Amino acid sequence: MKDFGFTITKDRQIDYDQHDHRLLQFVLENEPSFQACISCGGCTATCSAGNLIDFNIRKLNMLLRRGETEGLEKEINKCMLCGKCMLVCPRGINTRNVILKIKEAIQKFR
Amino acid sequence: MAYHHFVLPFSIGMAALFAILMVKFTIWIVKLESVDKRLIRKNLFSVKTLDAMGEVFMESLLHRKIFRKNPMLGYMHMSLAFGWFLLILFGNFQAQFYTRTMLHPPYFPIFFNFFVTTSEEYLFKASFEFLMDLFLLIVLTGLFIAISKRFYSRIVGLKKTTKLKFFDKLALTSLWFIFPLRLLAESFTSGLYNNGDFLTGSLGSFFARHLMVEKLALPAWWGYSLALGFFFVALPYSRYMHIPAEVLLIFLRKYGVRTRREFTSYSDIEVRSCSRCGICIDACQINNALGINNIQSVYFLRSIRERSVGDEKLFTCMLCGRCENICPVGIQLSDLRMTQRNKNGVQNTSTYDFLVPPKYKVADVLYFAGCMTHLTPAIKKSMLKIFDIAGVNYYFMDSDKEACCGRPLIQSGHYENAAKLMEYNKKLIRQSKAKVLVTSCPICYKTFKEDYKLNIHVMHHTEYILKLVEVGILLLEKGDSKVVYHDPCELGRGLGIYEEPRILLNKVARLLHPDEERENAFCCGGSLGSFNLSTQQRNIIRDDALAKLMKPNPDKLITACPLCKKTFSKGTKVQVLDIAELVAASVIVPEAKKALDMQKHETVLVE
Repeated sequence: MKDFGFTITKDRQIDYDQHDHRLLQFVLENEPSFQACISCGGCTATCSAGNLIDFNIRKLNMLLRRGETEGLEKEINKCMLCGKCMLVCPRGINTRNVILKIKEAIQKFR
Repeated sequence: MAYHHFVLPFSIGMAALFAILMVKFTIWIVKLESVDKRLIRKNLFSVKTLDAMGEVFMESLLHRKIFRKNPMLGYMHMSLAFGWFLLILFGNFQAQFYTRTMLHPPYFPIFFNFFVTTSEEYLFKASFEFLMDLFLLIVLTGLFIAISKRFYSRIVGLKKTTKLKFFDKLALTSLWFIFPLRLLAESFTSGLYNNGDFLTGSLGSFFARHLMVEKLALPAWWGYSLALGFFFVALPYSRYMHIPAEVLLIFLRKYGVRTRREFTSYSDIEVRSCSRCGICIDACQINNALGINNIQSVYFLRSIRERSVGDEKLFTCMLCGRCENICPVGIQLSDLRMTQRNKNGVQNTSTYDFLVPPKYKVADVLYFAGCMTHLTPAIKKSMLKIFDIAGVNYYFMDSDKEACCGRPLIQSGHYENAAKLMEYNKKLIRQSKAKVLVTSCPICYKTFKEDYKLNIHVMHHTEYILKLVEVGILLLEKGDSKVVYHDPCELGRGLGIYEEPRILLNKVARLLHPDEERENAFCCGGSLGSFNLSTQQRNIIRDDALAKLMKPNPDKLITACPLCKKTFSKGTKVQVLDIAELVAASVIVPEAKKALDMQKHETVLVE
């Protein structure tokens, strides 16, 4: 093809049919309370790891729902399981179990 | 030689039992960790062996700990165990006095009354006959309670008793048959020959009058022998394996063997030592408050034995230690649960490389607030105030961007990940050259004390504040508020700190006592040990515990754990305070001390 000097921006559309939803399904089946997340950010504000580096559970939720699970392992490994997020969550989500279940799912569907 | 065919079931059963036990014990001991074997070799010929024998007598035969829980339940276990033991022991003595030799077949003392029917005299004949009847009566009364317990467990103080599986029921039934059959067999024979003592003799003459004892005696002896044989064969595959296993457990424990992080041969012995008495079920708040009654230690140990441990049994438990505290066998139940949570080798891929090289400052005292204390800043502020008033040269090691202590990761089984955080904190502690590490959070405290292997003093702030008060650095004013103290699981049952907070509270307030405190204290429900409990379930546990704590009607609820404080304060209108807050509010600041503080020399900042 002739080079006209233009670049084409990579397609950023998220194709829900293409993505791997096993992780999301596994987590929601085993910790249904995660359904209730309203992405308020309370967990992120209190997070011990988030205090040191960019890490938040809302982002995990988004990545899971979009099925963009490639970077998830790197992300989840930042958690220290201290449990502060669980205590501040206004929706009563068992966040620590969410983390453990994501870890388990990554191991399972690798 | 006295012999009859009916002794065969008993003899075969006993031989099988001995063979199986020999094999099992050998495998257990061979498979022990080499460290544990060294401990045994070191302590075998020491006073510890005698000590262990004493404990075997007190616990395996007399069941002292069960007596403490409930006298009726204690009597039931004692009469069966000690009564049977005495029957065997004195039966053997009786046989020896009769034959005047040590050599007689093992079944001879068991069926003595069948073989010896003549009125031939031997030493202490009358006493033996009386004692054997007495012991049999004791066992039978215990058996009566045991059978009643199956139908109505509250008579022995148990709200819930263990749900048994097939093999246990089989062994249980044969056990129930042994002693009534012995009574019948001995009575029939006594009736036939007109001998026997107060129990078998009188029953015997009664039977002789109304029944054809000559035809019934032999079947009864057959039945007795069969019940014994059946029980012996079923024993290693049922819960009654706890009888031999507990003896071995007591010896190993006295030699210093403990549950490790991995499931070892010792853990296996612990699992088999569980008698499934079910005392742990009543102690468990998950049973009492939530009505979940399939995850308690008794069922958990059984699932280890059956290799069917599931996530529910494993991760619902709050690791509060109430069952371990009450377990009459003294099994390390929380540690055993941890062996099953172990995820070493998998899921341990965290590097935590975002933790910057630790900042530190040389100081005498290090203060580690802990993650949870950062959620309850009043505790943190109170501690800093106390440090300042006391003029302590301290460094607040996790004031801003610092790592977690690692205990939550340990509780989830991620030891390798936890080790990375521990290494980070250890480096900081070492560099600060501090002599004391004070922490506000019992969760951190336990791990600093037990897992970090630090060579400095680790203290919870209750201990540290009390030290300051005792040496006169801190002066306290006694208020008139009525307070109740809640023992946090990790501080109380976890590390045995019961006195310090109470001494402190008596200095600043009026301490009231709820019914269940110290080692019987409830868990607040916030425990990091559980991963499965939902917030709603935790709230029910919390409310249940609060209702019992608030019975003395206090003005304030005092605890010594930021997590307990956070959990309780969501569930009650009564003010919930940490002990540090109450103390900080009651400190008298002398003017002279203030002046001295001004001159406090600058500490060196080293980067």
